[in-house]
Amino acid sequence: MKTLAELEAIRKRTFDEIGMRAHTDYTRVVVGMATCGIAAGAREVMNAFVSEIQKRDIADVNVSATGCVGVCRLEPIVDVIDKDGKKVTYVHMTPEKVAKVVLEHLANGKICLEYTLQEEE
Amino acid sequence: MQLFRSHVLVCGGTNCTFANSEKIIAAFDKNLVENKLENEVKIVQTGCFGLCEEGPIIVIYPEGTMYFKVDVKDVQEIVQEHLLKGRLVSRLLQQSSEAVEGEYAIEKSSFFKKQMRVALRNCGVINPELIDEYIAFDGYKALGKALTEMKPMEIIKTIKDSGLRGRGGGGFPTGTKWEFAAKQDNEQKYICCNADEGDPGAFMDRSVLEGDPHSVIEAMAIAGYAIGANYGFIYVRAEYPIAVKRLQIAIDQAKAYGLLGDNILDTGFKFDLEIRLGAGAFVCGEETALMTSIEGKRGEPRVRPPFPAVKGLWQKPTILNNVETLANIPVIMLKGSEWFASMGTEKSKGTKVFAVGGKINNTGLIEIPMGTTLREVIYDIGGGIPDGKKFKAAQTGGPSGGCIPASHIDTPIDYESLIELGAMMGSGGLIVMDEDTCMVDIAKFFLEFTVDESCGKCNPCRLGTRRMMEMLDKITKGKGVMSDLDELENLAKDIKASSLCALGQTAPNPILSTLRYFRDEYEAHIRDHKCPAGSCKALLAYEVIEEKCVSCGLCAKNCPVNAITGSKKEKIPFVIDQDICIKCNVCFEKCPAEAIKK
Repeated sequence: MKTLAELEAIRKRTFDEIGMRAHTDYTRVVVGMATCGIAAGAREVMNAFVSEIQKRDIADVNVSATGCVGVCRLEPIVDVIDKDGKKVTYVHMTPEKVAKVVLEHLANGKICLEYTLQEEE
Repeated sequence: MQLFRSHVLVCGGTNCTFANSEKIIAAFDKNLVENKLENEVKIVQTGCFGLCEEGPIIVIYPEGTMYFKVDVKDVQEIVQEHLLKGRLVSRLLQQSSEAVEGEYAIEKSSFFKKQMRVALRNCGVINPELIDEYIAFDGYKALGKALTEMKPMEIIKTIKDSGLRGRGGGGFPTGTKWEFAAKQDNEQKYICCNADEGDPGAFMDRSVLEGDPHSVIEAMAIAGYAIGANYGFIYVRAEYPIAVKRLQIAIDQAKAYGLLGDNILDTGFKFDLEIRLGAGAFVCGEETALMTSIEGKRGEPRVRPPFPAVKGLWQKPTILNNVETLANIPVIMLKGSEWFASMGTEKSKGTKVFAVGGKINNTGLIEIPMGTTLREVIYDIGGGIPDGKKFKAAQTGGPSGGCIPASHIDTPIDYESLIELGAMMGSGGLIVMDEDTCMVDIAKFFLEFTVDESCGKCNPCRLGTRRMMEMLDKITKGKGVMSDLDELENLAKDIKASSLCALGQTAPNPILSTLRYFRDEYEAHIRDHKCPAGSCKALLAYEVIEEKCVSCGLCAKNCPVNAITGSKKEKIPFVIDQDICIKCNVCFEKCPAEAIKK
């Protein structure tokens, strides 16, 4: 028999998993997954995002794929778009960089300037 | 727990399952493995999304992209393009939508924009076979709140204040019904759920049971606590195999979690329920007949009073609520009666689910706030009438209801205004008719249904409906006389007044309502031997308009009974032999010069 507290635990755990279907405002991590992105390692980057987000138990973030934005030389490109629509673009991403972005940007709200476009150029 | 970045929801309602959705799921499983995406993307079988016309439907989250008419062979492209590369498969998006880039989320489509999903809140969102997913969206929270924080009378007051009325058709205030049963001093009481949805073309309750069975179970347990009942029955028709299967899974899961059974949530409250299958008799949707059937007897209604809230199943106080009514209960408990009462009109609160069918582009299931106009339903949500035809009338309430003519298209849909128009809310079947529909024929169609389904216990219904049908049959064959109309009207009123149960009492409604708005069509059948809609075969005569005939011979070539003669070579206009013609309409459809009239 379940208690109310156990019910709440199930609710929270399952909601973290399927809450993306509830259409609430999420922070979106969008990974460029066109041929150029995939060739540059976008799949690994995307998988790193999913596993890091899970590891750090961050709710309200979803990860999705998008096509090529045209600057193929900067791939893998990742946009992090917050709930207000503010966008930060990270370029030349690697799984190692992802770990830092998840920890600093997604968990603590601090943009990793060194991985953004401005720093590149 | 594994976090998936994307969820692909595939509709597993009856309509989409019929359209191969199971094979689509299998194809996804295969393609995900081939593309090494099986640990990133999750496939979920859900209940009905509502747009059955465009099925099978799949929705991909987090984007909320909805793909229509998905075929097994489209799956590979969706996996490789959308899931792997993040590119939309635009040919599978809704064609009619004026969507702009990035606006493909389902809520933004015209079909969903004006809807408000309360009873259908979880349909197409959760996997109905997983209790955890129901719990994730606050499932069983209302039951917990009821058992630990509220007294039974407080629950009844909440439901009364919300203004919720029976969604099965009658529109009786749900809270008042519960109050009657709660006041009965009896050790044994019962809760029943009416899932014997029988109106032709109606599938609201089926979709709730298939998409969100736990909401009904939770509501029944709440109702049990409110009136002091510890046992319930869900009476569901055997023609709904998917609904029955998912209900049983849901009941077993609820039992495993201790949400049904003894000492629920450690509060000492005990409640259990079981499924009873109906054998397909329409009359068993009537409350007393339904209970007689659960008792194991022949499903026949009995005289009321005593009402079931006083003496129901096995002479014990029993309440019977419809599936959709129950699906509203948990939300009302959580969000409060004011929230619910803020939707709808003065006397009809909340939302109503409709199964929209007939001559309309977006056939399917919709949920709208009470007070939405028929025009919004047909043109905004329903996408209008196919082939640019004119809207003639909408039929609500199935064989118990009536029609709303085009002149009343701006009527807000609620219990009172529909009754005023001679139609009724009914359980939510809404059939749209265009200019080609003959209203006499429609009345006859529904009457044939009630004649078949009359249980035969009382004379007015058993014999009266048959006599009415014979008269309608005569009229549609052009053999009626004008006095038939008055006789039909008198007989209809007598049957309404003297039948034992609602089946007979409402059976004449389709006739009375079509007589009220379309008496001229009846008269045309009788006086002019013409069917204005061109639908009653016996009254049709196909003729070739000589001046228009181009002597191409297509009509004669396609006529299945060789009733058409003429000559292509000698350019002799063709003629139809009326004695041989079977009025199959083929020549009318084939003629390139529109030279055939009917």
